[in-house]
Amino acid sequence: MDAAPVITVENLSKRYTLTHEARHDNLRDTLTQGVRGLWSRFRHWRAAARAQDEEFWALRDVAFTVPRGDVLGIIGRNGAGKSTLLKVLSRITEPTTGRITLRGRVASLLEVGTGFHPELSGRENIFLNGAILGMSRAEIRRKFDEIVAFAEIEQFIDTPVKRYSSGMYVRLAFAVAAHLEPEILIIDEVLAVGDAQFQKKCLGKMGEVAHDSGRTVLFVSHNTAALQAICRTGLWLNKGRVMQTGPINECLSAYLASGAEESVFVPVNRNKPHITSVTVDRTALATGRLRISVGFQSPFPLSRPVVGITLFSRYGQPLAGSNGRMLGERWAPPAAAAGVITAEIFPLPLHSDTYRASIFLGDAGQDYDVRHDTAEFDFISGNFYPECPPLQAIGSLDLPWQWTFTPAPPAPEPSS
Amino acid sequence: MADALHATPAPAAPPVPTLVIEAGRLSQNYWRDLWRYRELLGFLAWRDIMVRYKQTSLGVAWALVQPLITLVVFTFVFGDIAKMPAGGVPYPLLVLSGLLPWQLFSSAFSGASGSLVGNANLISKIYFPRLVVPMSALAVALIDFLVVCALYALFALWYHDLPSWHVLLLPALILLALLTALGAGLWMTALTVKYRDFRYVVPFLLSAGIYVTPVAFRTDMHPNWRGLLALNPLTGVVDGFRWCLLDTEPTFYWAGFITSLLLVAILLVTGVWYFRRMEREFADII
Repeated sequence: MDAAPVITVENLSKRYTLTHEARHDNLRDTLTQGVRGLWSRFRHWRAAARAQDEEFWALRDVAFTVPRGDVLGIIGRNGAGKSTLLKVLSRITEPTTGRITLRGRVASLLEVGTGFHPELSGRENIFLNGAILGMSRAEIRRKFDEIVAFAEIEQFIDTPVKRYSSGMYVRLAFAVAAHLEPEILIIDEVLAVGDAQFQKKCLGKMGEVAHDSGRTVLFVSHNTAALQAICRTGLWLNKGRVMQTGPINECLSAYLASGAEESVFVPVNRNKPHITSVTVDRTALATGRLRISVGFQSPFPLSRPVVGITLFSRYGQPLAGSNGRMLGERWAPPAAAAGVITAEIFPLPLHSDTYRASIFLGDAGQDYDVRHDTAEFDFISGNFYPECPPLQAIGSLDLPWQWTFTPAPPAPEPSS
Repeated sequence: MADALHATPAPAAPPVPTLVIEAGRLSQNYWRDLWRYRELLGFLAWRDIMVRYKQTSLGVAWALVQPLITLVVFTFVFGDIAKMPAGGVPYPLLVLSGLLPWQLFSSAFSGASGSLVGNANLISKIYFPRLVVPMSALAVALIDFLVVCALYALFALWYHDLPSWHVLLLPALILLALLTALGAGLWMTALTVKYRDFRYVVPFLLSAGIYVTPVAFRTDMHPNWRGLLALNPLTGVVDGFRWCLLDTEPTFYWAGFITSLLLVAILLVTGVWYFRRMEREFADII
């Protein structure tokens, strides 16, 4: 196998110009701007540079290589440049500087069902969408039955897709895309849609694409579990720059540890004790330690301030809760009118997923301030399970299971 | 399950195409790409035709209503009131032979002009040579044109005025009408992406254009104006259509036709040039 990387990106930057005045989508603006520009240039060059235009670098000096057969997960916060990178790689938009070398046919799936037309039937849309994604008519015809079976829409194949449920629509759209056969597949956050069962099927299909057929996949997602499951390496973008590349788990941990996110509340009633802030420590979380700090203020000293926290799974099931009150004598802070109460769990016995916490503030006798779903965090477990069933099936708790095997007792010697 | 994605690579792997994307360089192989995407062109055209005839309950009838009404009005205004000379041709047939290319041009032109903005979602999500979009818009116009052609055939039978062998050259003139529409449409659609104002320019151009194009009168009956009219690239197309269908023109007016050809060529070349120049920005500003 040749060792040349399939994708080489060098010195890639993409600049957008933000115009502060109204965008020039009407002619009058451009004409008046032009005249004004001429006039000001005429008068001692002043203000000729259009001061109101602001440059924005969506990508800045990005460089990386992707070897053949790799599955690269691109992570980063909203606005980090992930989508721009995919658009440049798929030739939708041009880079401002830099160079990209792609060795192989590229197909990109930046949106589920691009080009689907609601008036056309499922059958017609398969052909249309396939052609848009770069399949030939012969190729689509050959895979037609398989696509329909994968999407599980056999009996609706001749119904206009405007009558489809959103689930059916997504299934059909993904099914077409999943049957592409490019050497390089570029996928943006497309698994955010669809039901969990189908998402799993799609993940499986994508895993197959990458692992069994040696295709190269670039994958953007906010779903950490999905990233962990199918990606081998990661690329963390922040404000258009590459922060880290390397094994996916390292990138994810570094990304999730970056910047503690704090939610600050405007108190509902200042005359009542209230929560002022909730902080989930990302750095600690990356090492498997959950640390939630709750700041509070009260117009009067709380004799025994108490904070209660309940963790919920992404699907809203309560997982575990605790509060100072239930500890009895073991929780004995001094009376205070303000302060921070911190709770820790280490190691956090949960699978990788997104979790939420509900929090209340009270004292020995009553609750004063209750906040539902105040904090949300992504947790990457240090325990990685190569074939983890969906968490709805096995639950979110990752308890320290011990497995042993006892061989059957040797059969007694046949005594004759 | 026979899984397509399990397909084992061919034993002798074909050389993989290498693509280099570089800042400031228009993608190489543009025209080859355009050829490769010809199926997409077909599919987009087919989609527009399907949608058009599925959404309207009268379907094909709509393609007939507009030319029929224009035909009646023009025959009445130009033939009966203004008493324009028809040179021995039944006036309705004269108007219809002019409406035929006009209809083709105007629907191709307005389709191509609105095509990029109408397919904004595709353009911001998928790569393909953008020229595919305005070109596919020509196909819908061609279908409507065939319907009006059938109407013309009925009228020609009714008036016993059947075309001679000249009709064999009609395809070349149809192509010329489409190229005119494409050249003008490329300008308009690229400008509309940047300046949405141009959406209002197209209907205006068309409503004025039908009068400065010899749809309802014969150019050979107005020799003083012939030179001026020839500056409209569609004049050559309309004259050519009449020459093919009516066979009453004494001589083919070459000077006018060549002027039209030249103008169409200029329109098309500059249209492609401007479109290609703007193409790089489409996804960012659409």
